[in-house]
Amino acid sequence: MGTFIQLVVDGLSTGSIYAALALAIVLVNQATGLINFAQGGMAVMSAYIAFAVTSAGVPLIIAILAAVLASFVLGAVIERFLMRKFEGGDPDTAVVVTIGLLTLITGVCAWIWSYNNQQFPSLFPIGTLKLFGAVISIRSIGTILVIVAIMVVLQGLFRGTKLGLALRAVAINPQSAGFSGLPVGRLLMVGWGLAAGLGAVAGALVAPQLTLTPGMMDNALVYALAAVILGGLTSPIGVVVAAWLIGVLENLAAVYLPFIGYDLKIAVPFILIFVVLIVRPQGLFGRKAVVRV
Amino acid sequence: MALLELDHVTAFYGAVQVLDGVSLSVPDGGAVGVLGANGAGKTTTLRAISGTVRAGGRIRFDGNDIRGLRPDRVASLGIAHVPEGRGTLGDLSVRENLKVGAYLRRDRAAVASDIDYCLDLFPQLRDRIRSTGSALSGGEQQMLAVARAIMARPRLMLLDEASLGLAPGTAKSVYEAIGRLRRESGIAMLVVEQNANLAFTLVDSATVLEIGRNVLSGSTAELKGMDEIRRAYLGG
Repeated sequence: MGTFIQLVVDGLSTGSIYAALALAIVLVNQATGLINFAQGGMAVMSAYIAFAVTSAGVPLIIAILAAVLASFVLGAVIERFLMRKFEGGDPDTAVVVTIGLLTLITGVCAWIWSYNNQQFPSLFPIGTLKLFGAVISIRSIGTILVIVAIMVVLQGLFRGTKLGLALRAVAINPQSAGFSGLPVGRLLMVGWGLAAGLGAVAGALVAPQLTLTPGMMDNALVYALAAVILGGLTSPIGVVVAAWLIGVLENLAAVYLPFIGYDLKIAVPFILIFVVLIVRPQGLFGRKAVVRV
Repeated sequence: MALLELDHVTAFYGAVQVLDGVSLSVPDGGAVGVLGANGAGKTTTLRAISGTVRAGGRIRFDGNDIRGLRPDRVASLGIAHVPEGRGTLGDLSVRENLKVGAYLRRDRAAVASDIDYCLDLFPQLRDRIRSTGSALSGGEQQMLAVARAIMARPRLMLLDEASLGLAPGTAKSVYEAIGRLRRESGIAMLVVEQNANLAFTLVDSATVLEIGRNVLSGSTAELKGMDEIRRAYLGG
């Protein structure tokens, strides 16, 4: 029983990291209708910024906040000066641009900080807690709590604020939103900025576990995309629950299903996706898109 | 003085000239129709005003040059464009659509009472207040589009083919509600419509476009008396 609880909590903790990235992807999608494949790369860049600031002697929490702020600006600038040229055109082109951006950002990180692993300090103390006979790290609990807090804030933003409503309106139909006086360009910048800031949190959470490298988020991005599809693109709560489900199931499968083991566990979320999408094409929590011709 | 004045407005889609010198004016509180066949430039005229298509010539609103302004800037001056195809924000509920309409306003109490006014004007929307926009019927979506424009408290409303794709009875009731809105609010209106009979229930005067320029203008009574208007737009 102790092992089981431990696997579940650890799964929730890794799932939380996928969730942070998935939330950033949902945020950009809610604001622009795009899937941003560069979200992982941008999160790595943010982690490097936090790393650089804290290496200069600044306390970690302040370094992370500075990175969140810098990432907000970076995200807004990327939208304004790069993505803006592709919005309103073919969405496929825009998505390919984000893939190019991922490669570019990874390259820039490697060029500045090299491919060597860097030790990134953890935000949480190293200790453990005993819970129902399981030994659980404080880091796992902290990671989970951070994500729950972000999820609540995001859900509140989208459902309860004027800014959130405006972001959703612009994503659905920018031209029609403009007719009601919504400053479409500025709202798109805010959407990208918020997502990049969120990615910075994801980067700061994952870096201490994996050590900081330019490709640190590659795996997490795959899981995050899986969570986005599984949870449904329109629901922040949905993607977090999906990310947790993925984290927990792959942990359990690795231990309890011997033929899967640690090597094959990356297949688990995808098997899950196949099954879910056959039954519910809009994802577990997403709303059905109605297309009118 | 006219609230809106277009003077020899031109517009191109790529190399194709769609507007070739359209002139018209809408008095404060007045309602003017724009009639014409498909492709005459009716929709493009409205798009030139709201800043969604690049235009030449002169476009003045309340004495200020507004040509070339961004759509959200034009909206903030008091022009509400109800686009062809209605522009429903499909994933948002009816109430959220209405709130988007009031985006530029800070007077929360008045916004709440305006929502009530819209639901009074279009009672069908009251029953669907929590439904998403995409779940509405075509007629309800058209009502929502007009209601969203009302929420901005505009001085001028641009209405593009509000009857398009609606059953005759529904189209008639939409126009009746818009007529009531006009009487009660004094909002000026520029009304693009293929169905001249419907347009004439609402407007005081109209202009007829053919391949991007005005060929005829006059009061509703004058136009109704003209043979060519009767033949082309009023069904005999």
